[in-house]
Amino acid sequence: MKPSVSIEVVVLLAGLLFALGIVGVIIRKNIIFMLLSVEIMLNASGLAFVAAGSRWGQPDGQVMFVFILAMAAAEVSIGLALILQIYHQHKSLDIDNLKEMNG
Amino acid sequence: MEIAFYIAGTVAVVATLMVITRHNPVHALLYLNVSLLAHAMLFYLLGASFAALLEIIIYAGAIMVLFIFVVMLLNLGKETAEQERKWLKVKVWVGPTLLAAVLFAEFLVLVLSSGQGTYSPAVVSPRQVAVSLFREYLIGVELAAMLLMAAVVGAAHIGRHKRLVLHRFLKEEVEKEEEKHEAVML
Amino acid sequence: MDKFLWLIPALPLGGFLILAFAGKYISRKAVAIVGAGSICLSALVMFAVGGAFLSGMPENAVYTQTLWTWFEVGDFNAKITLSLDALSLVFVFAITFIGALIHIYSTAFMEADRDYARFFASMNLFVFSMLVLVLADNLLLMYLGWEGVGLCSYLLIGFWYEQPANGAAARKAFTVTRIGDAAMAIGLFMVFQQAGTLVVSEIGANASAIWQPNSTSVTITALLLLAGGLGKSAQLPLQTWLPDAMAGPSPVSALIHAATMVTAGVYLVARMHTIFALSETARLVVAVIGAATLLLAGLTALTQYDIKRVLAYSTISQIGYMFLALGVGAWTAAVFHFMIHAFFKALLFLAAGAIIESLHHEHNMFKMGGLKDKMPVVFWTFLAGAISLAAVPLVSAGFYSKDQILWYSWSAGGGNAVLWAVALAGALITAAYTTRMMILTFWGESHTPIGHLPGRRMTMPLVVLALFSVFAGFIELPHNFGHFTLFSDLLHPVLPETFMKENIPSEWLFQLLAALATLGGIFLGYYYYYQKPSRIENLRRNGLVVQLHRFWFSGWAFDALYDRMLVKPFIYISSINKKDITDKLYTGIAAITGDMYKLLSRTQSGSLRWYIMGLVAGAILILGIQIML
Repeated sequence: MKPSVSIEVVVLLAGLLFALGIVGVIIRKNIIFMLLSVEIMLNASGLAFVAAGSRWGQPDGQVMFVFILAMAAAEVSIGLALILQIYHQHKSLDIDNLKEMNG
Repeated sequence: MEIAFYIAGTVAVVATLMVITRHNPVHALLYLNVSLLAHAMLFYLLGASFAALLEIIIYAGAIMVLFIFVVMLLNLGKETAEQERKWLKVKVWVGPTLLAAVLFAEFLVLVLSSGQGTYSPAVVSPRQVAVSLFREYLIGVELAAMLLMAAVVGAAHIGRHKRLVLHRFLKEEVEKEEEKHEAVML
Repeated sequence: MDKFLWLIPALPLGGFLILAFAGKYISRKAVAIVGAGSICLSALVMFAVGGAFLSGMPENAVYTQTLWTWFEVGDFNAKITLSLDALSLVFVFAITFIGALIHIYSTAFMEADRDYARFFASMNLFVFSMLVLVLADNLLLMYLGWEGVGLCSYLLIGFWYEQPANGAAARKAFTVTRIGDAAMAIGLFMVFQQAGTLVVSEIGANASAIWQPNSTSVTITALLLLAGGLGKSAQLPLQTWLPDAMAGPSPVSALIHAATMVTAGVYLVARMHTIFALSETARLVVAVIGAATLLLAGLTALTQYDIKRVLAYSTISQIGYMFLALGVGAWTAAVFHFMIHAFFKALLFLAAGAIIESLHHEHNMFKMGGLKDKMPVVFWTFLAGAISLAAVPLVSAGFYSKDQILWYSWSAGGGNAVLWAVALAGALITAAYTTRMMILTFWGESHTPIGHLPGRRMTMPLVVLALFSVFAGFIELPHNFGHFTLFSDLLHPVLPETFMKENIPSEWLFQLLAALATLGGIFLGYYYYYQKPSRIENLRRNGLVVQLHRFWFSGWAFDALYDRMLVKPFIYISSINKKDITDKLYTGIAAITGDMYKLLSRTQSGSLRWYIMGLVAGAILILGIQIML
């Protein structure tokens, strides 16, 4: 039942999803959407890892995916807490309002 | 069964596309969920059943719930969608999209020039993953645990509800007032 | 006695150390006792050591004393070794004896000065440096003394540093002599490279084995050493510092001109005569420079009105005679003239200092006059010095020494008619300007009221020096009468005999001509400045004469030439470089860094999306590079 796919296609799919994630991060001004796009990018890289792991029949790809998952969970919790704080302080989720850190 | 792979892939791409273009946050989240489920399907087809399950349980389940909670907390509704519509103009997104397209094109060139053939994905069982995780990558697991711990503490700290503080020297007074207020309330 | 040799330089050094470190805390009397006493003691030790040296001539005619090793580098070993031979003895005698008299004189002369201790400290250091120079047995130690002399001349010429002109004169002396010093240092390197040693006696013993006669290398080496001597001895073309060095106190001038500093060049050439003997070109250069200098400086002295400047130019001129003698190979004659010159020039400077002080620091001879009766001691001693300078026949020491040089400039191996003619003309000019100076200063009407007369501490050295100026010449009488050669016999273990040409005219003829030249010069001075002063007025109306006078007065415009040729371009270049062109590279790097920082800080806009764009662009770039490769 396992398909025989070419590794290029899988990696290209991951690349495409990653590129879409980048586009999302850049074009959206709402922080929540940016965070969502970052999740897409993380998933895309996870897909690449898993594909590589399956290509060589090794568990390392999935292990890396687990780490990415843990990292994503941590990142989302912190990120969402920050979003809450930002919304409370600025009454807005517009990333362009947060420019205090300019040089 | 290649057809299943391509369908799942197409679904993932389309759903992702929808995520980054929706104006309403809730719609975007739902599309992201679809995308994640498509990912899970892909993982499964690639022989990584453990990863597929984790994707569904943790990503589509836990993390998405967190997002929805936040959307709910912030009460993001129609006004946000309106605002998003205003923000998402052609001239805003065309440049970054082209840039990302260039990046993808380069990636395409690199991947296609490598010349790997097709293969049958091997099944990597959860057992193998677990053995690898708790033997070779034990230190990574420990570090991930520390990271999650730090994230929990950090999130709890950052998420504390505080009033808008304009000056750091005023912070203590504000906190004292809050305490007084709470005492009165009690 | 040779174990006391180290005391001769050590005593002045001790005096210097005491005065330099404790001079502020001890009384003026103590300063005078230490300052003059150290030199007097040194002179006494010199007499004792010199007496022992002369009475019982040591084996190889030299006393040596190794004090300690200065430093060792590989095979090279520089020792602090003093060596006293006849040549050094003459110089040490002049330095310590005349130096002591000058110091005694100075205790009175500088009495009113604020920096009494500083003066004597510098003077002692000066004498010490000069003693090291002449007693050194290797060229490196000699160079130490050489540089010490340069330093002390700077300190003393600029002694009255409150006036900017004095400071400028000191800097000029230091800079000009430094040009010579640099050349001499290169010369020392060449000597070491070729001979492998800097010990004078070894160089002297092996010179003919090391160098081919008249080879290029020996000529270059000799000329480089000569350049050092020209700087210190104020010969062409480095003579310009000496007249300005008159900015120092008169005893300093006496010390610089008579006993120390300017004679260092003569000493160097005489000491390295083995090298010069191997190069005919170098000897010819020495002789020509000496001849040119003596004529040029004599003509300049004829036009000066500052008494000290007349004496300064006469010093340059007399040292020109010494170089002429060295150049023609008359080594002993040069050293003899050095010694006689040391006596009468010290005397003239000290007497001039006494006059200047009595006349309230009036330097202009035309404002003096009539001092013959008012200052009899100074007059008679000055007269003794003047006849010696003018080389009045038979009665003056200067005659015997200068006549020898005149004679050798024709008859010695390196001599020829042109050199002799120049030297003869120089003798005439010398007599003329000396007479002019005497008449203007001591005869005629008094123009300036006289202050206090010099005391005994000032006149005593004058009298002693006057006696030597008159009688010292008798230790070396010409061959044709007396034939008394005490001095050259003394020096012959060190300096070779003068090689004579054959078929030379009778010496009587030369003596007669020299005497006639001197008397002619005296008559000229007497005629123009005493008998018919109106003739001078007539001359002043002649445009050509005025031009010539102006040209000579400026020292043949050497100062202006150097100013235009060297000083002005240097100042121009340094004014261009005032903003530190070489630093531009480094400040440029700093400026570029700063600009880059400003540029990059723009990118720190605080806009998160902008940062992500940057990340994407970077990723594109890196992947692009990947593709290209």
